[in-house]
Amino acid sequence: MKILVAVKRVIDYNVKIRVKADHSDVDLTNVKMAMNPFCEIAVEEAVRLKEKGVATEVVAVSIGPKAAQEQLRTALALGADRALHIETDERAESLAVAKLLAKVVDDEQPGLVILGKQAIDTDNNQTGQMLAALTNLPQGTFASEVAVDGDKVNVTREIDGGLQTIALTLPAIVTTDLRLNEPRYAKLPDIMKAKKKPMDVKTPADYGVEVASKVSLLKVESPAERKGGVKVASVDELIDKLKNEAKVL
Amino acid sequence: MSILVLADLHEGQLAGATAHVVAAAHAIGGDIDVLIAGEGVQAAPDAAAKLDGVNKVRVADNAVYAHQLAEPMGALLVELVGDYTHVLASASTTGKNVLPRLAALKDVSQLSDVIAVESADTFKRSIYAGNAIATVKSDDTLKVLTVRTTAFDAVGDSGSATVEAVDVVIENTQSSFVKEELAQSDRPELGGAKVVISGGRGMGNGDNFKLLNGIADKLGAAVGASRAVVDAGFVPNDMQVGQTGKIVAPDLYIAVGISGAIQHLAGMKDSKVIVAINKDDEAPIFQVADYGLVGDLFEILPELESKL
Repeated sequence: MKILVAVKRVIDYNVKIRVKADHSDVDLTNVKMAMNPFCEIAVEEAVRLKEKGVATEVVAVSIGPKAAQEQLRTALALGADRALHIETDERAESLAVAKLLAKVVDDEQPGLVILGKQAIDTDNNQTGQMLAALTNLPQGTFASEVAVDGDKVNVTREIDGGLQTIALTLPAIVTTDLRLNEPRYAKLPDIMKAKKKPMDVKTPADYGVEVASKVSLLKVESPAERKGGVKVASVDELIDKLKNEAKVL
Repeated sequence: MSILVLADLHEGQLAGATAHVVAAAHAIGGDIDVLIAGEGVQAAPDAAAKLDGVNKVRVADNAVYAHQLAEPMGALLVELVGDYTHVLASASTTGKNVLPRLAALKDVSQLSDVIAVESADTFKRSIYAGNAIATVKSDDTLKVLTVRTTAFDAVGDSGSATVEAVDVVIENTQSSFVKEELAQSDRPELGGAKVVISGGRGMGNGDNFKLLNGIADKLGAAVGASRAVVDAGFVPNDMQVGQTGKIVAPDLYIAVGISGAIQHLAGMKDSKVIVAINKDDEAPIFQVADYGLVGDLFEILPELESKL
């Protein structure tokens, strides 16, 4: 079985973001970029399925600027066999990405597609679900466990209030939640080897997909800052303040 | 304008989240219908009919909608969407699971986690884990939105909408329900609780969370946790408050032994009053707390419990 795994280049999760002075967007100049953490979990899961003998090939795909090839090389270093870069400098929203991935699913015919549940920049949490709808495949979102069993896959999902397990026919779309696995670090020899692994480069036009979205970004602002309050000296003072000042007890 | 709100259900009952989503629909304006889809939905349609400003409650009660699996739910929405200009759901795991399928099949974008309605086509939403707020305008003919329920005050329940059955049945051979393990608790649900008390790495281990439970029982509070203790396996993930867990905005939030990583603050900084209890007086949590108490939580918590 072939597994297709999607990765996104985003701002590194440790970086504190800055809003541009003209409020047009978040400032990404000279900011450290990395693979979206949920995508790392997706790559790790695909590689583990290959190591277990469930998958035979792992193909990583990314849609974005030329620099997104760095994240594809990371995916290759982590164990993906080959990569596909669909290059665009436009702001690719979830719907356009899902349309492009649907075309790739058509070409590659994977048994499983694994994506992160959301990217930590736009926080949309949409692409996997949209891809499932466009390809008419079942979806297991927010997965904390993925168990392939013959022509089915059981997916345990992190839902509000607990866990839900569903069974899906294959091929299927899975999106990862945090507890699915702990991604490995790429080792130096693997990083060297990854440079020789094949990477195809295409454009959205090659797939006949329009990237432009009907949603326009009017303004980006910093959220209202919360001011720190006072330190209290004792439990008694705390209870008194909560009762008489804040009036929440 | 006409708006369809997909209701959240909790064990066949209407979940509290829906009254908040209806409030967001009010802010957009126009006729508001509520869709209840599930199996054996019991009292949910009547509860939805009482929500202020709701015009009509549409009920799809069939085994195929049990557990609100994404495939039949998405297809049902496509069947029902008709002339609606907006479809809204809460940003719950159900809303997030189902709504993007509708958007994709109607070839429109979705706006996730909307926190304010500027007009019928312009909305504010949180990005970068709440570290920036984007104002976005949608020129799609159909607007599909998930709504952050903590950002909208629930509507009242003195309405009297009509209730009608929907007889659309979707065939689903792709996905099936296997099992559910829901946390059993007499305490209020984390997302809707008026008071939340959360523990972090300072709690030391999972067993020590019982120190929070006693206080939670006295205050009628829900118990939450930081991601660090979830990752460490102290407590289950459904207790996680933060960017990668639940977003809460209670009247009172008590953070115990939590340093205040950005990821945690993103989940609770809209709380009305924040109390921080931490032994490190430099902890970043004190920068957002209204009341800080520096000290050993193992002494403070029992004292607090006995004096409440």
